[in-house]
Amino acid sequence: MERVPVLKIGDILLVSIQIDMEDQVALQLQEDLADKIVATGTHGVIIDISALDIVDSFVGRTLATIASVSRVLDAETVVVGMRPAVAITLVELGLSLPGIRTALNVELGIAMIGTRDLSGLLDDEDEDEPDQAAVTAP
Amino acid sequence: MSLSPDEASRFAHLLSSKAEPLAARWAELVAAGLRGRLSSAELRRQTSELQRAFQQAFDAGATDLTSEAAAELRAQLDELSTNRARQGFTATETAISVYAFKEATLEILGSVDDATTLRDYVAFSGFVDRAALFTFDSYVRVRESLIADQAEQLLELSTPVVKLWEGVVAVPLVGTLDSARAQVVMERLLQTLVDTGSPYAIIDITGVPAVDTQVAQHILKTVVAARLMGADCIISGIRPQIAQTIVALGIEFGDIATKASLADALRYVISQNKRAGR
Amino acid sequence: MNDESQRLPVDTDRDVVRVRQLVRTVAVAVKLSLVDQTKIVTAASELARNTLVYGGGGEVEVTRVHNERRAGIRIVFADQGPGIVDLDLALTDGYTTGGGLGLGLSGARRLVDEFDIDTEAGKGTTITIVKWCR
Repeated sequence: MERVPVLKIGDILLVSIQIDMEDQVALQLQEDLADKIVATGTHGVIIDISALDIVDSFVGRTLATIASVSRVLDAETVVVGMRPAVAITLVELGLSLPGIRTALNVELGIAMIGTRDLSGLLDDEDEDEPDQAAVTAP
Repeated sequence: MSLSPDEASRFAHLLSSKAEPLAARWAELVAAGLRGRLSSAELRRQTSELQRAFQQAFDAGATDLTSEAAAELRAQLDELSTNRARQGFTATETAISVYAFKEATLEILGSVDDATTLRDYVAFSGFVDRAALFTFDSYVRVRESLIADQAEQLLELSTPVVKLWEGVVAVPLVGTLDSARAQVVMERLLQTLVDTGSPYAIIDITGVPAVDTQVAQHILKTVVAARLMGADCIISGIRPQIAQTIVALGIEFGDIATKASLADALRYVISQNKRAGR
Repeated sequence: MNDESQRLPVDTDRDVVRVRQLVRTVAVAVKLSLVDQTKIVTAASELARNTLVYGGGGEVEVTRVHNERRAGIRIVFADQGPGIVDLDLALTDGYTTGGGLGLGLSGARRLVDEFDIDTEAGKGTTITIVKWCR
């Protein structure tokens, strides 16, 4: 079975999904990532889906689960690079990926994780404020 | 009705022996129909070329317009209709350009007194009719493609996506939004977000005269799709009556930021940007 | 007038990926727009997974279709599984028996132009979807 590689770059784990994943591969990625977050003690995970030409409800659910599990392990997940056609299709499908933070590209994704760390240092509590780029249901 | 090989060859002979006066008379007749909108030299060139094409077709033994030997003639007729259609002539004016050939031929033939010539002429006339119908078809085809092109250009023209600020793009929507156009706008906007890496988009609807449920749905879907991609949309320029409609239709704009003007929207985005430390 | 159809078995995860790839190839061939390609491939992915998970496996048939005005793609998902007992309920957003998000059937229906479902408890389920070029 193919495996999606998880790369550690600086303080961040970067996952770039380059293949049309079987469901099992997606579930394997979910496990691998959780292991890797604990092993590296990272606080940020970037999942680049710019190579995916579709995201169906299974992949959507896997991404949501990854984000939730990461959060429990004190890591922020940002999904980056979703293609316009994929986003339009997800809206039509009725999948709004609540709880997943998204950014247009890897760079903005990294900046998003960076600001979170920074704001954590500067302010005592701003957890109550809604995440400005968080996806909410229509 | 098709020509017999004999008739075709007799006509080929007639056309070549009377080439000059035929083309000249033909050009005159066409000129009268077009009321001087094309120069006589230009018409003369066209009729000479067509006349030669007819002659070659008959020479090669074309008994019907669809036959292999008439391929060059068809290409010429096609070109004629394409030019006429692009120059804005009517379908009738285009067809007359071909029909006039019959009249010119009849005049050149002089008084018809024997049955063979008469029969020949009727067969020939049928052939030219077919040719004129062919130009009519090509004319319509060209016009249709022109209209389709223009519709597409109009769509392009009316949906610009502009970069307003670092990280901020705007779509000023002008005119009626139907479903097809809304879809184009939506796709173009989202693609621009990716291409420019802009996390903010302002959709300005100052120039939209009315918003119905469908259009509102399209805008809402665009906003949600942009969020999925990691960008925020702000809607600006909502006119009072449109705000009334939106409420009356029960359309839920939810937590989507709306601002009165494009300037307000830009100010809002820049302040958001500062807060986010970007 | 219809072209020859292509059939694929759906018995493993790998087969669901193959269905997606076949549907994309055909969708490109009939010149669907990029967004429409994405929609039909996504719908096919949802339904092929349903065939595998709920139908216990089955078969997918992909066909290029034409009517007077335009070209399109038709996909038929067939299984001999337990069938769907309450169709209305199964087509409701958020309803699931498989632990998913419950968007499979209802979501797929929104992504296509024609959606037809034929099911009987104990006999299996056949779903036919069509997407036309704009």
